[in-house]
Amino acid sequence: MRKREPHVFLSRRYQFSASHRLHVDALSPDENRATFGKCNNPYGHGHDYTIQLTLSGPVDPVTGMVTNLADLDAFAAREMFARFDHANLNMLECFRDLVPTTENLAAEIWRIFAEYPHATLERVRIEETSKNSFDYFGASSLSKTAVSNL
Amino acid sequence: MILLTRKAEFSAAHFYFNPAWSEEENDRIFGKCANRQGHGHNYTLEVTVAGEPDPVSGFVVDLKRLKDILESEVLSVYDHRHLNFEVPEFATTVPTTENIAVAIWRRLDGKIPNAKLHRVRVYEVPELFADFYGEGA
Repeated sequence: MRKREPHVFLSRRYQFSASHRLHVDALSPDENRATFGKCNNPYGHGHDYTIQLTLSGPVDPVTGMVTNLADLDAFAAREMFARFDHANLNMLECFRDLVPTTENLAAEIWRIFAEYPHATLERVRIEETSKNSFDYFGASSLSKTAVSNL
Repeated sequence: MILLTRKAEFSAAHFYFNPAWSEEENDRIFGKCANRQGHGHNYTLEVTVAGEPDPVSGFVVDLKRLKDILESEVLSVYDHRHLNFEVPEFATTVPTTENIAVAIWRRLDGKIPNAKLHRVRVYEVPELFADFYGEGA
């Protein structure tokens, strides 16, 4: 019987720049201000978001890879950068009825890379600034590996 | 249980090439990494071990001891070397970041006294790293 290939977790970091404004129509102006503070400023503001993706899979014995980074980068360019880089997040369809917090952005990025065909998405980490980062492990509960990987 | 992580750095050359394929196929799959002249990286290695602090010393593992083990088992073999030509495990496997993480795990597993190897993380560059948690993970 052939030995099982080692299962490796591969992480890739990308960066895009986007603007947003945290505002919910259902709240009054005062409530929006109280909830979101300066993030509610009417003209919005922006960040350089760092997206750290962790994907896992068996290491292909021929290529030595979990996934070819050229494939992952091309997928990211097409599915993520084309939509989010230098965009106003509030204008995007996915945030039409959803406040574009980094939490919600992480879930949206998860939905994108969950469809990546060559490896299993394990975690989406977004660093909104050097002080704030958000991790999303998908809708299923945290795995032991995911927690220990923090 | 405590997880303890020690970092180390090594610089090495490598290229990606599968002799079973044509030059064109290697270029197509591996891109510029297939350049037979090789290229190099400053790799960062993070080794995480798991264990209980010793009631007397308070250590999970003596860091000096761990540093010496990383030096003798990994750095002395990998640092300032050409991985394809000078490191035996890459004579027949491609020295990708994934395979380097697995190879370092195999070099360290069972060598660390009083603690269990938990994770080997290898950064090829700050934007790319691979984690390996062992054969059963």
